[in-house]
Amino acid sequence: MPQGADTDQPDAGHRAPSFGSTGRYVGAAVPRREDPRLVTGRGRFLDDIAVPGMLHAQFVRSTIAHARLLEVDLTAVRALPGVVAAYSAADLALGDITALLDRPLEEFVPTPMPVLSGAPQADGSLGKVRFVGEPLAIVVAADPYLVEDALELARVRYEALPAITSAEGAMAQGAALVHDEAPGNVLVDVSMFATEGIDEVFSDAHTVVEVRSSTGRQNALPLETRGALAEWDERAGQLVLDTCTQVPHQVRTVTAGCLGLAERQVRVRVPDMGGGFGIKCVVGREEIAVAAAAQRLRRPVKWIEDRKDALTASFLAREQQYVARAAFDREGHVLALDADVVCDMGAYSCYPFTAAIEPLMASGEMPSVYRVPAYRVRGRSITSNKAPTAPYRGVSRPQYVMVMERLMERAARVLDLDPVEVRRRNVITTFPYTGVNHITYDPGSYLESLDLAEQTVRDEGWYDVQAAARAEGRFVGIGYSCFSERTGYGSGAFAKRRMKVVPGFDISEIRMDLSGTVTVTTGTQSHGQGHETTMAQIVADKLKLDVADVRVEQGDTDRVLYGWGSFASRSAVIGGSAVGAAAGKLEVKLRELAAHLLGTRPEVLELRDGGVRPIPHAGDGVPPEGLSFTQLADVAYLKSHLLAKETDPGLSAVASFDVAGDGTFSNATHACVVELDPGTGGTRILRYVCVEDCGVAINPPIVEGQARGGIAQGIAGALFEQVSYDANGEPSCASFLDYKVPTAWETPDVLIKHLETPCLFTETGAKGAGEGGTIGAPAAVLNAVNDALRPTGVELDDTPIRPEVVHRSLQVTRSAAHGSAA
Amino acid sequence: MSERQLVTLTVNGVEHELLVEPRRTLVDALRHDLRLTGTHVGCEHGVCGACTVLVDGLPARACLMFAVQAEGREISTVESLSPDGRLNDLQQSFVDHHGLQCGFCTPGMLMLAEGLLAERPAAGREEIREVVAANLCRCTGYQSIVDAVEACARARCPQEERS
Repeated sequence: MPQGADTDQPDAGHRAPSFGSTGRYVGAAVPRREDPRLVTGRGRFLDDIAVPGMLHAQFVRSTIAHARLLEVDLTAVRALPGVVAAYSAADLALGDITALLDRPLEEFVPTPMPVLSGAPQADGSLGKVRFVGEPLAIVVAADPYLVEDALELARVRYEALPAITSAEGAMAQGAALVHDEAPGNVLVDVSMFATEGIDEVFSDAHTVVEVRSSTGRQNALPLETRGALAEWDERAGQLVLDTCTQVPHQVRTVTAGCLGLAERQVRVRVPDMGGGFGIKCVVGREEIAVAAAAQRLRRPVKWIEDRKDALTASFLAREQQYVARAAFDREGHVLALDADVVCDMGAYSCYPFTAAIEPLMASGEMPSVYRVPAYRVRGRSITSNKAPTAPYRGVSRPQYVMVMERLMERAARVLDLDPVEVRRRNVITTFPYTGVNHITYDPGSYLESLDLAEQTVRDEGWYDVQAAARAEGRFVGIGYSCFSERTGYGSGAFAKRRMKVVPGFDISEIRMDLSGTVTVTTGTQSHGQGHETTMAQIVADKLKLDVADVRVEQGDTDRVLYGWGSFASRSAVIGGSAVGAAAGKLEVKLRELAAHLLGTRPEVLELRDGGVRPIPHAGDGVPPEGLSFTQLADVAYLKSHLLAKETDPGLSAVASFDVAGDGTFSNATHACVVELDPGTGGTRILRYVCVEDCGVAINPPIVEGQARGGIAQGIAGALFEQVSYDANGEPSCASFLDYKVPTAWETPDVLIKHLETPCLFTETGAKGAGEGGTIGAPAAVLNAVNDALRPTGVELDDTPIRPEVVHRSLQVTRSAAHGSAA
Repeated sequence: MSERQLVTLTVNGVEHELLVEPRRTLVDALRHDLRLTGTHVGCEHGVCGACTVLVDGLPARACLMFAVQAEGREISTVESLSPDGRLNDLQQSFVDHHGLQCGFCTPGMLMLAEGLLAERPAAGREEIREVVAANLCRCTGYQSIVDAVEACARARCPQEERS
């Protein structure tokens, strides 16, 4: 059953979708209202905020990857003139950050993350450190330079333990345990689906292909690092925490819990954010420690993460290994998929998603856009002595899409079929489609996007370019990736994963003021996507207001009723529907009020031109000018004696939205043309084409920006970025000199073509658009590289694609290479 | 830690006297002493370019310069581009081409581009791309930034004045 407009929605205020066709703004390139302040340097990012008496904090961090802590001595730190305070775990005695799943211990082992490590344990020891960069103490001084000096005076004694730095090492016999309670260093182990008779399908199949793939650990790397500014407000009786987070309400919950406060005593506010990409949708330890220091000192305390800490001690993602087999018939139809996924989640579970976020995403959704009749998967998370992981843009989908697309390509080679044709024979074409993974896919344009991408590449002459290049002995390749992505997971989808904390709904409040303009709150949290603009577009259309007359409020737990923030491409789908639903309720209210004042029925009235006017030709003798919003607001607030008895004064409404069931899937096909340099092994992207379908694009330039930026990050993962550690767990990437972030020179221009399969249940027909670019790019690039390598017979399945590997591969002659098919 | 020094900084045409430690970076002096927070800090390693300002008209990493080194130099920051509050043509071009998302790298990109266009007004797309590659942006994929700078370059230096 697809989640369509005919499905019951939990909120009565939800109305039939309009698909934006009735409005002026949805679908239009409305200029972003964020831009003027940002291009003039008048934005207000966290480190731009200064308050009188503000102190600066930094952290004493572990320099050893795995060790028993023997002593954290801050005596010399405290003795340095200018240091105001230095707190160890013992000094602050804070609660842990604990993320849980509702699963048995065989499937999930919780790993509580202390705010500061080194708290005295029941046995009198100080416990362990589990990665280089783990915070042990917070040091506070009036001068930010002096804090850095002070950190060097901390004396920490360790008893080193063997560091776990790889999945193989973690699962080896007799390996040291990162957490004593996690045998074999396995935090998550789930086996799912296991279609009956799947082994017979494999043994009887015409062709079975296998892909073994590993992907590098990455840093989501927003250009603005993490940070927090906390202050105890005596008058409000509140800890006010300004922090750059994608999930302000969840930060409130954890802060209150760790500090032993009630939620009303914590107010989280979010200033302009310099990106997030998922790394800021989990609750970090440092912001809690900053809050605790401010509470104790009764002075404002600010912490701005430096780039070294952002690279080594923040949250990472993406390090996965796949062993996947797929069975095909002679014509290239996939018959079965069997996969084993191992994710290196680092030292701790992140809140609220846990260390299961990557394996559960991969296991649940790996069949992707294809009709896979039989499926079996085992997904595991192992823990290691590396910085923990957070759900980075795409979450596992860049990896499993890459593996699925490699399987398709490999099958095509073995069966001597065109790889695009193999995809064409397997993509889902009739909707709704309920897969072997028990997910129902709403309508998309899987086949259409594939056809259009291939046609575009063909029309632009790239196949001719490739043929000519090959004739000259050059290595030019064309690669595709075809995928869909669930966007806007509702509470049902997260509940299916058995999270203890189940994200999903969003709730909005809308208020019309005496000026006849409105303020709407959203629980989603823009961190660069332009929600102040897009949410206003939705509301302006609904209320027939000028978009400039709609203010969007976000990022303040005192002003916003509640929210789950922004992640999983949920903002347009869920947040956008909630603001639309709230505006819908206000619309009803306005018509009822006008009807009462005009002595008519609401049904003959409509919102038009800044007021409530009679529907033309609806008769009823209503004055044609109706009542303007300012006239209505004047009555609602200043002349409430004129209201009907049962009507509350004021003009406000609250509405929520949740996605019932499996939600909505955006889809795309990416096509990439590369040329390999035999001299350096470098990969140059000659052309990149993206045919995407996210339903109705609320603001097309913003959607294109999301796609282009996402693709840049996907290319980064395919060709450049990897966080590496040495055998002792020492991180090798401590600056941008060690971690290669692609520049304008390595990042190609992208041709974007749009298809539009509207979502059937969101306010605007929009599907999510935040992650797709990142999801599709690694597979397209890798397939293009393999196509370029075709004359050599070598096939690569790992990312990042290292130049030395390409270089070596180009030395291999076809005769020396063995076939890669099973 | 060390003795403070009196330094005179000329920023956006205005002289300021500051008492700073010799180790205080120019970007910290601009942001935290003069409260010109438009210039951002992304890495403090001189790689990302978020802190790019113009020093005597040329782009410089304000995180790699000490404030005391800027004595006697003309510093221009993003705040200089729209003194009357109206966007200049380059800023408007960034808006028109969706050349920013989170906006964190934007002031650095703007000052980098102003430096380029002052020095090489007829710069073509590939030249612009090469210069934009001096700074990092994590949101846009750079295409729209190159578009924005290119459009501004073409408007400032029409075809007949090129080559």
